[in-house]
Amino acid sequence: MGLVVGVPKETAAGEKRVATVPDVVAKLVKLVFQVAVESGAGDAANFADETYRAAGAKVVPTARDVWAGSDIVFKVRPPTEDEVAMLREGGTLIGFVWPAQNADLMQQLAARKATVLAIDCLPRQLSRAQKMDALTSMAGISGYRAVIEAAHAFGRFLNGQVTAAGKIPPAKVFIAGAGVAGLAAIGTAANLGAIVRANDTRAEVADQVVSLGGEFVKVDYEEEGSGGGGYAKVMSEGFQAAQRAMYAEQAKDADIIITTALIPGKPAPKLITAEMVRSMRPGSVIVDMAAEQGGNCELTEPGQAVVKHGVTIVGYTDLVSRLAKQSSTLYSNNLLRLTEELCKTKDGTINVNFDDDAIRGLTVLKDGELTWPAPPPKLPAVAPKPKAAAVAPAPKGHGHGAGEPMSVRGLATTFGLGALVFLLVGLYAPATFLSHFTVFVLACFVGYMVVWNVTPSLHTPLMSVTNAISSIIAIGALVQVAPPLDAAGSANRPNASILGLAVFALVLTAVNMFGGFAVTRRMLAMFRK
Amino acid sequence: MTSSLATVSYIGATILFILSLGGLSNPETARRGNLFGIIGMTVAVLATVLGPRVSSVGISWIVAALVVGGVVGLFAAKKVQMTQMPELVALMHSLVGLAACLVGFASYVDTSTVFPTPAEKAIHEVEIYVGILIGAVTFSGSLIAFGKLSGKIGGKPLLLPARHLLNLAGLLVVIWFGREFLRAHDIQAGMTPLIVMTAIALLFGVHMVMAIGGADMPVVVSMLNSYSGWAAAATGFMLGNDLLIVVGALVGSSGAILSYIMCRAMNRNFISVIAGGFGGGAPAAKAAGAGVAQPQGEVVPVSAHETAELLRDAKNVIIVPGYGMAVAQAQHTVNDITKVLRQKGVTVRFGIHPVAGRMPGHMNVLLAEAKVPYDIVLEMDEINEDFPDTDVAIVIGANDIVNPSAQDDPASPIAGMPVLEVWKARTSIVMKRSMASGYAGVDNPLFYKDNNRMLFGDAKKMLDEVLTVLEA
Repeated sequence: MGLVVGVPKETAAGEKRVATVPDVVAKLVKLVFQVAVESGAGDAANFADETYRAAGAKVVPTARDVWAGSDIVFKVRPPTEDEVAMLREGGTLIGFVWPAQNADLMQQLAARKATVLAIDCLPRQLSRAQKMDALTSMAGISGYRAVIEAAHAFGRFLNGQVTAAGKIPPAKVFIAGAGVAGLAAIGTAANLGAIVRANDTRAEVADQVVSLGGEFVKVDYEEEGSGGGGYAKVMSEGFQAAQRAMYAEQAKDADIIITTALIPGKPAPKLITAEMVRSMRPGSVIVDMAAEQGGNCELTEPGQAVVKHGVTIVGYTDLVSRLAKQSSTLYSNNLLRLTEELCKTKDGTINVNFDDDAIRGLTVLKDGELTWPAPPPKLPAVAPKPKAAAVAPAPKGHGHGAGEPMSVRGLATTFGLGALVFLLVGLYAPATFLSHFTVFVLACFVGYMVVWNVTPSLHTPLMSVTNAISSIIAIGALVQVAPPLDAAGSANRPNASILGLAVFALVLTAVNMFGGFAVTRRMLAMFRK
Repeated sequence: MTSSLATVSYIGATILFILSLGGLSNPETARRGNLFGIIGMTVAVLATVLGPRVSSVGISWIVAALVVGGVVGLFAAKKVQMTQMPELVALMHSLVGLAACLVGFASYVDTSTVFPTPAEKAIHEVEIYVGILIGAVTFSGSLIAFGKLSGKIGGKPLLLPARHLLNLAGLLVVIWFGREFLRAHDIQAGMTPLIVMTAIALLFGVHMVMAIGGADMPVVVSMLNSYSGWAAAATGFMLGNDLLIVVGALVGSSGAILSYIMCRAMNRNFISVIAGGFGGGAPAAKAAGAGVAQPQGEVVPVSAHETAELLRDAKNVIIVPGYGMAVAQAQHTVNDITKVLRQKGVTVRFGIHPVAGRMPGHMNVLLAEAKVPYDIVLEMDEINEDFPDTDVAIVIGANDIVNPSAQDDPASPIAGMPVLEVWKARTSIVMKRSMASGYAGVDNPLFYKDNNRMLFGDAKKMLDEVLTVLEA
C-alpha cells in the first residue's frame, strides 16, 4: 500500500477552502496513495464527507487522527503550533508556509524533522512549474471576485444599455496593477460590459491588457518597472509623481477602482490618496486587493467594507475564500500536479528530488534541515528572440493559382525559349509531324485550363480518372493486333510477336481502364453533403 | 466504319474526356464527369475496333484481352481500401508505362508501316525511342512508388553517393545510344541500343523514386501521373493518332499541375524534390536550425477524457488530419465524433493541407469514405484565418504542416512553407504517438506552446476513448 495523504480541516478563522477535493482524491488513489480526510473538512466549500468517501478517501473524525495517521499532510494555510505538534515525526507537509514571515513555524517544523514543501516558494519563472502555481490560480480567483464584489457594491449596471426609458452608460473601471489578479479582473470586468482601463509599471503587460479587452493607460514618464521574476519594483521619485497625477485623473473619471499593486517583501504602495477618494463620484467603489499588506488606498480598512466620502472601500482579505469551491478545486489540482512530479513512479511513494529545479525550490525543509532559500534555478538560457522574425516571403508562383503576374523578365525568358523551340520545330520537322504537334500544344493548354479548375478536395479522384483515361493507350495496342495488311506488308512482319506484345499491352490497359473508372466512381459516390 | 467516321468519333471522345476532367471542379458534377469519361473511352475503343485499322480476325483476341484485364481491374477497384488509394494509383501508373513500352516495341518491329521520306522515318524512330524511354521510367518508378507506399520498401530516401552524376551519366549514355539507334540499318541492329536504353531507363526510374522520402510522395505520385500522360502522348505521335496525343497531353498537364501545387504547398522547388533526399542544403540548414531555435516551454499531455471535455465545452472545433489518421484508420471514429459534436451544436470543420497524406486529396477521400459531409471539409486557404475564433483545434497525426517555425524561423528547413495556424486557436490538441519529429526532422515549437496539449497514443484508440466519453 502507498503512503497516507491526510487532509485536515482548515482552522484559520474565515478560511473556507480545503486542500483536496473529491475529484483529486480519486486521482491520488489512482497513484496508489491512501487518503484520509477529516470529517467536515470540505463542508465550507460544499464538499460533503460522503463525496470524499465515494471518491475513495477514508473520513476520520478528528484532526489528530489526520495529522498523526498521515505520512503527507495537504494544507492550505500555514499550520498552527498545535497542528505542528500533531505532525508525525519525519512527516511531510505541503501547503502555503511563507517561510520568510513565519520563522517560528519553521523552527517548530524543523524540530519535528519534517519535510516541508512550501507551494508559495515555487520558482514561478520555470514554465514547467506553471501547473503547480497555486499563487497564480489563487490570484486569478481573487481578481475575479474583486470585480464581483465591486459590482455588488456599485449601484448601477456595469454594461451600457439602451432601454425604452433611456440610455445607460457603461461603468468605467480602472485597474491598478496588471499582474495575474489584475488581468483576471480586467477580463471579468470587460466581460461584464464595463469600459476597462488598466495601468502597470511594467510596460510589457500592455499587450496582455489589450488582449483581455482593456485599455492600457501609460504613465507619462520613461522608466522600466520590471523587477525580475514577473514582479514589479519600487520606482523613482519622478515616476511616482507622474503616476500620482495619472491616478488622480483616473479617480475623477472612474466608477470603480480595483487596486492590486504589490511589491514583494514591502508594504503595498499607497496609490490612492484620501484626496483622490474625495474627488470620486458618490456611489463609486474601490476594491483594495492589497488590503492584507496595508492596502493601496490610504483609507482602506483591512477585512472591512467601509463607506468614506460616499465611496465604498472594500478591503476584504478573504476574496479567495469567498469562492471556496472554485479555489479549493484549483488549489487541489495544483497540489495534484505537484504530487505527480513527486511520484513519477505512480506507486504511492514520493521522492523529493533535488535535481528537479521546481521541487528544489519548493522544499524549504528536508528531514528537519533548512533548505530555504533555494539557489536560483538553472534556467535554460533564454535564446535571444529572433529579430522581428523575418517571415520568409510567400513563394511566388507562375500561372493561375498564385494570382501574381510573372515578372517581365520571367515572361520574356519564357517567351524567348518558347519561340526558339517553335523555330527549331518549324525549320526541321515535316508537315505531318506539325499537324500532330499543333494538336499536342493546344491539348496541353486545354488541360492546363481545365485542371486548374478542379477543386483540391477532388485531387485523388482527378488522379484516378486521369489514370483511367491514360489507358487510351489501348488504342495503340488495338491497331497493332490485326491490321488489315496486303500480302506485301505482312510478308516480313513478325505477326506473332507483335500480336503477343499488343495483346499483353491490351490486358494491362484494360486493368487500368475498368479499374480506374470503377474506383473513381466508388470514390465520387462517397462525397456527400 | 470508314476512316472519317472513326476520326469523328475520336473528336467526340476527346470532347467527352475534356468534359470529364472539367466536371471535377465540383463534387456534384464530378459523378457525371466520370460517366463522360466512361462513355468517351467506350466510343474511342469501339470506333477503333470497328474502324479500318482492325480486321475481323483480331476481334476475338481483343475481346479476350479486355475481359481478362477488365475483370482484374474491376476486382481491384472493388477490393481496394481508401487508405490504399495511393498504392493503387501508383500501381496503375506502372501499367500504363509498361503498356507504352510494349506498344513502342511492337511498333518498332512492325515492318508494315511505310515512310515516304527518310526524315519521317527518323522522326518515327525518335518518337519510338522517347516513348519507350518515358514508358520505362514511368513503369519502374511507379513500381517503386507502389512498394514505398504500401510499406514493402522502406520509406527512407536511399541516397547513393554521387547520385546526380550517376543520373547525368545515364542520360548521356541514353543520348549516345539514341544516335546509334537512329543510325541502325535494320531492326536487328537497332534492337541492341533500344534494349540498353530501356534497361537504363528502368534503372533511372528505380533510382529516382528510391531517393525520395515518404512525405514527398504526393509530388512523386502526381509526377508519375504526369509521366503516364506523356507516355500516352508519345505513343500518339509514334502512331500518328491525335486522340492519344490529346488525351496524353491532358493527363500529362494535369499531373504536372498537381506536382506544381504539391511543391508550392511545401515551398519546395520541383527540381529539389525530384533530385531526392531533402534538398541539397538541408543538413546545413538543419544544424543551424538546431542552434538557433530550441523550443522553449513544456509539453503538457492530456488524457482522452480531458480532450472530450474540452470538445464538449467548445463552440468551434477544427480538425486537422494528417497521414497519421490514415495509418491508424481513424477516419470513421473521427466522423462519429464529428456527428456527436454537431448534434450538440458544436461547429466542426476540417482543415486540409494540400500535402497532408501520401497523394493529392488523400485526406478528402478518407473523410468522404467515412461519410464526413464534404461541405465542412475546407482547404488550408479557406480556413486558416478562422483559427483565432476557434476554441479547439485537433491535429491528428500531422506534424510539419502545423509547424509554426515555417512562419517565424527563417533558419528552419521548412521556412516559408504554408502551414495551418492551429496555434492561434484557443487550445490546440496534437494527437501523436510520441515526441518524434516529423518527416522534415524539424522540432515542432507548437508542442511547447502554452495553449497546446499533447494526446499521446494510437490515434484510433485515443479517439475511440474520446468518443466513449462524449457519448456517455
